[in-house]
Amino acid sequence: MEAFKTHRGLVIPFNRANIDTDVMLPKQYLKSIRKTGYGDWLFDGLRYLDEGDINTDTSTRTINPDFVLNLPRYKGGSILVAGDNFGCGSSREHAPWAIRDFGIKVVIAPSFADIFYNNCFKNGVLPIQLSSERVSSLFDQIDTNEGYELQINLERQSILLPDGTDLPFDIDPPQREQLLEGSDVISLTLGHRDTIMRFEERHRKVAPWLFNNSIV
Amino acid sequence: MKPKTLYDKLWDMHEVTEMKDGTSLLYIDRHILHEVTSAQAFEGLRENNRKPWRVDSCVATPDHNVPTTQRQTGMEGVKDAVSRIQILALDSNCAEFGIREYKLNDIRQGIVHVIGPEQGLTLPGMTLVCGDSHTSTHGAFACLAQGIGTSDVEHVLATQCLAQKKFGNMLINVEGDLPRGVSAKDMILYIIGKIGTAGATGMATEFAGSTIRALSMEGRMTICNMAIEAGSRVGMIAYDEVTFDYIRGRAHSPKGDLERQACRSWENLHSDVGAKFDAIYEFNAADISPHVSWGTSPEMVIPIDGTVPDPSQQETLDAREDYFQALNYMGLTAGQKITDVQLDRIFVGSCTNSRIEDIRSVAEIVKGKHIAASIKQAMVVPGSGLVKQQAEDEGLDKVLLDAGFEWRDPGCSMCVAINSDKSLPGEHCASTSNRNFEGRQGHGSRTHLVSPQMAAAAALAGHFIDIREII
Repeated sequence: MEAFKTHRGLVIPFNRANIDTDVMLPKQYLKSIRKTGYGDWLFDGLRYLDEGDINTDTSTRTINPDFVLNLPRYKGGSILVAGDNFGCGSSREHAPWAIRDFGIKVVIAPSFADIFYNNCFKNGVLPIQLSSERVSSLFDQIDTNEGYELQINLERQSILLPDGTDLPFDIDPPQREQLLEGSDVISLTLGHRDTIMRFEERHRKVAPWLFNNSIV
Repeated sequence: MKPKTLYDKLWDMHEVTEMKDGTSLLYIDRHILHEVTSAQAFEGLRENNRKPWRVDSCVATPDHNVPTTQRQTGMEGVKDAVSRIQILALDSNCAEFGIREYKLNDIRQGIVHVIGPEQGLTLPGMTLVCGDSHTSTHGAFACLAQGIGTSDVEHVLATQCLAQKKFGNMLINVEGDLPRGVSAKDMILYIIGKIGTAGATGMATEFAGSTIRALSMEGRMTICNMAIEAGSRVGMIAYDEVTFDYIRGRAHSPKGDLERQACRSWENLHSDVGAKFDAIYEFNAADISPHVSWGTSPEMVIPIDGTVPDPSQQETLDAREDYFQALNYMGLTAGQKITDVQLDRIFVGSCTNSRIEDIRSVAEIVKGKHIAASIKQAMVVPGSGLVKQQAEDEGLDKVLLDAGFEWRDPGCSMCVAINSDKSLPGEHCASTSNRNFEGRQGHGSRTHLVSPQMAAAAALAGHFIDIREII
């Protein structure tokens, strides 16, 4: 995974609460067995007026001109600011894949759903939780200032606003580390191989019925 | 000894190590895989030249994408070429890595959260994961079960562990007898309506109290299934005789001495008196009525005798906008009686309500009657091949077919609408599933979440009716 240290980008506002992962990436695209190529389908049901599927050429589809991602002033945006409980619902990692493939590097919201939040870190996307007041003031500023950009520094855990204000944000150290290093978590876990094997041996003695399933 | 919650106990039994950064490795006993969230994980193993740590902990089945007709023809019956690729990918990945799979036309095939318990692959005291958020279902068996993303599917395959921080402890206690006509589904819709879809985010939620204890395992699974709709990845219910009676004699449950040994350990799977919870909710069963969802989030529910809420009466600006948006999508108006909504389709199925008890309750209501002429389609999709067989042995398929229902083959079907079972734009569907999100059951579809009994009664009337009036 690509490491994430700093990022500067145009901000897209999506002021709705409870955006679920079905809305982020509708079901018909879950049929893909690829890990990339989901960007054109992000927010598909809102972004296009017609229905598409995995085989539809997106260039032939009817764009919804009113949807925020289609507004010219937000073209090229790479930071998404959203409402409460962003990413609720299905565990599909296809949702953060779509966010990533669209080119969004940072999502800022007052709260996130748990599975989505954790999935982001595994795909080089930084989810930042800020207070409702802060997010609401960001929405106001984005609205009144065309070309509104933010500068994110993960190492320092800060967001630099265009007016020079530095907003700090909290993040769990292991998740911060994961993004900064772009680390392969599986390799890190396999570094504990012996500990896992010792645990497994003990566990097998304590609960042998959990190991008693021969393959049928 | 310090009193522990059920979650504390399950966590402690499986914590391999706490790492310097505060994350723990949690050992995983059971890993259930399906076709939609596993292909990229297997690909990851291949790219990095890795092998599954313990294949005997894994079991796979295709469910999300499978057609619910013409299954006797096997892969021939999968008309959609893209679906076929995905199902074949699961077959070949399982064959390559030596993972047991209940294939498309195996009678044990079914929805992952139905077949785990049915096969005795879900057991008390274990940790269980699956790349599906409704994995919380299995917690009804006093185990620690959670949904994970595809990266974690790969991680668990490769390491047998999940790297995570411990959740908080939440208790939802419900006391008293459920009123007549009120089911487990109504109870969980009511609870989500009260605490909201983010009410339990970051928590492992235990459901307890006399009302929960009085439920069958099917009812308990319905409750834990929807814990995720309140934001909680984990739902749990303490072990008791009801749990044991369900497990006993299943294909993979322990037998003989092993069963006795397991039972002694399972007896301890409850929260200790005095255990500390970070949050507690108390509800009375007597306050719960049959519920129907009116909006596009599982928290947007009302009792059957209620009216569609008025956005302008909501406290916050966000809620007002949310409600307005939902009403607009659903084509409803504030103040409208929910019983006045005309329905187009009826869907009985999904990991929430597709077990034998659910199908029996539908058959009981529609027996000797017929669905309303205005209903375009009413279908019952059993949760597994074995549920289907059991229902047919009881003659329930005949009752349902005579009443005008379609009797389908097992799968996720119109709950997630990845296969060809869908609602069309603007259509209202009474559904026993778990999510009423925009477009969930098909582009532009309008979902109303209900219990199987309420779906059955609505099929007969063509609109929602109060089940208490007809039973």
